[in-house]
Amino acid sequence: MSNQRFTGTDTYIVTEDLMMAVNAAVTLQRPLLVKGEPGTGKTMLAEEVARALGRPLIQWHIKSTTKAHQGLYEYDAVARLRDSQLGESAVHDIANYIVKGKLWEAFTAETQPVLLIDEIDKADIEFPNDLLQELDRMEFFVYETKQTIKAKNRPIIIITSNNEKELPDAFLRRCFFHYIQFPDRETMEAIVGVHFPDIKKRLLSEAMECFFELRDIPGLKKRPSTSELLDWIKLLVAEDIPPEALREKDTRRAIPKLYGAMLKNEQDMHLFERLVFMSRRGTGAN
Amino acid sequence: MLTELFYKLRKVQIPVSITEYLTLLGALEARVAGFSLTDFYYLSRASLVKDERFFDRFDQVFGEHFRGQETLFDHVLGEIPLEWLRKQKELNLTEEEKAQIEALGGWDKLMETLRQRLEEQKKAHHGGNKWIGTGGTSPFGHSGYNPEGVRIGSEEGKQGRAAKVWERREYKNLDDKVELGTRNIKLALRQLRRFAREGAADELDLDDTIRSTARNAGLLDIKMVPERHNAIKVVLFLDVGGSMDPYVRLCEELFSAARAEFKHLEHYYFHNFLYETVWRDNSMRANVRVPTQKVMHTYGADHKLVFVGDATMSPYEIMAVGGSVEHWNEEAGATWMARLLAIFPYAVWLNPQAEEYWSHIPSIGMVKELMSDRMFPLTIDGLERAMKKLKKAH
Repeated sequence: MSNQRFTGTDTYIVTEDLMMAVNAAVTLQRPLLVKGEPGTGKTMLAEEVARALGRPLIQWHIKSTTKAHQGLYEYDAVARLRDSQLGESAVHDIANYIVKGKLWEAFTAETQPVLLIDEIDKADIEFPNDLLQELDRMEFFVYETKQTIKAKNRPIIIITSNNEKELPDAFLRRCFFHYIQFPDRETMEAIVGVHFPDIKKRLLSEAMECFFELRDIPGLKKRPSTSELLDWIKLLVAEDIPPEALREKDTRRAIPKLYGAMLKNEQDMHLFERLVFMSRRGTGAN
Repeated sequence: MLTELFYKLRKVQIPVSITEYLTLLGALEARVAGFSLTDFYYLSRASLVKDERFFDRFDQVFGEHFRGQETLFDHVLGEIPLEWLRKQKELNLTEEEKAQIEALGGWDKLMETLRQRLEEQKKAHHGGNKWIGTGGTSPFGHSGYNPEGVRIGSEEGKQGRAAKVWERREYKNLDDKVELGTRNIKLALRQLRRFAREGAADELDLDDTIRSTARNAGLLDIKMVPERHNAIKVVLFLDVGGSMDPYVRLCEELFSAARAEFKHLEHYYFHNFLYETVWRDNSMRANVRVPTQKVMHTYGADHKLVFVGDATMSPYEIMAVGGSVEHWNEEAGATWMARLLAIFPYAVWLNPQAEEYWSHIPSIGMVKELMSDRMFPLTIDGLERAMKKLKKAH
């Protein structure tokens, strides 16, 4: 059992509850399922846990066509068929044509690795069910070579989901769960602090003000999240925009600079511009 | 004590199971959480609750269950937590407050009294003026009124957050009691799956290739097959507007689940009942309409029709010429329905209206008769029954 505790890193701020969830998952060697709005650092979490605990990171990115067995192994029958035509000697051993998957890799790693199963909800609805046994017992059977692959060290498994599909109960029962909530102002300032240590205090507070106001606009399709804020601040710093420019008292120029970094879709842009337009008209009438 | 919490959670329909409960116990045994209620809260939430929708309900149950027991973990320790003693220095007391503390004989005396009382006291206590607990006027405990009161077991103090995490109930608006998740709908629609290989042969058929290669004396003979598709074809007719408004959410879920599940899915909208035209896009319904006649000609009889509507209207809208609320219809809705059903033997009507009200609404009875009883409520159970019905031609 590992006695290391994860307490965040110099580039990643964790809240107390997330810390608890990670440590529980590490100690009990069960998978940790992380959900949350896009851009709140779900994938980053695995990278940072690996870095903080000094473990290798194995990433398995899931696509809509990914099948569960691809994570275990694949039997490359076509290569073997071809080799047999060419008279290769390798053809006699079927083990030469077993291609290892990410789970196999994680199970047989020398030091206990961190395995990231990214965006599990992208896959077919049955995908998580097909991995139940493997994640639970941390072993699987290779039919072609009649061998059982058993985890040397149970890997720390971090699974992320964007909630596109609901996950089956049986799967959920085996995981710890954490929902990364959108950070409050205090946490957000700490997050920006670790990414831009030299940022001017006033620019930061104006930018923050702008950002949280933008998030509060009702009816946005995709509300800007942490990663968008970081991008935006990066732009502000690069363009060297003075803090005053963000808070124009003159509502005629009330559209914040470079807001394209935060609003990612057309409808949201239109909605935002319309709101700005309306507030302009409102102040004009007064 | 924990078992009780477990059953309380089940009672408010948070799906917790024995496995999760055992995990929590395992984590406690492994000392993942320290001796504070906040730690325990985080740990139990991570191991028992698997969906952020239930966070709010969990917070409420947790708050209710542990109300007044904030000092519980201090009792486990059996002595004054060192942590708290260390915090003594952090307390910012005004001169006035310090004078008041003198009333009890100064800090040292206060600490001593506290130690004594902790020893005397065996269980949690609320109210009163001596024992440690909540809401009392004793100098010890919290939510009390003694100006020299000492708050016990309060980790949050240092962050300036007086309210306990679960009392903040931050997840309030994530709780929703939608009975039909899209996953359930998809699983129900799955009943209708029928896989078939159709179209271009672009997938290697391993078994056949090996067989024919062997037959070919070891010379490679590659066989290809078309990919396996769900061959079910569905045409969905959705009622929009008016009395359907309360069910929009449900219909959207059904629609998105169906979209994901069926490769061949066509959809049309109608209002209240089916007449000579339907439309595909609600924003264009005034100008771009598709004649129902055309729908009948476009799709083969193997397509399955699914109508979604509450079938709640005036009987004239079904039976009478000119009965439509929107326009003058030359032929009665029932006529059009009969035509469609004559061509397509596979059809069902899904009704979001609760089944027990059906008998009170005459138009529902009429539609049900037109559909020869193939009307099902829009619930998981109803969907499953409907899908079973769709497998067989009428």
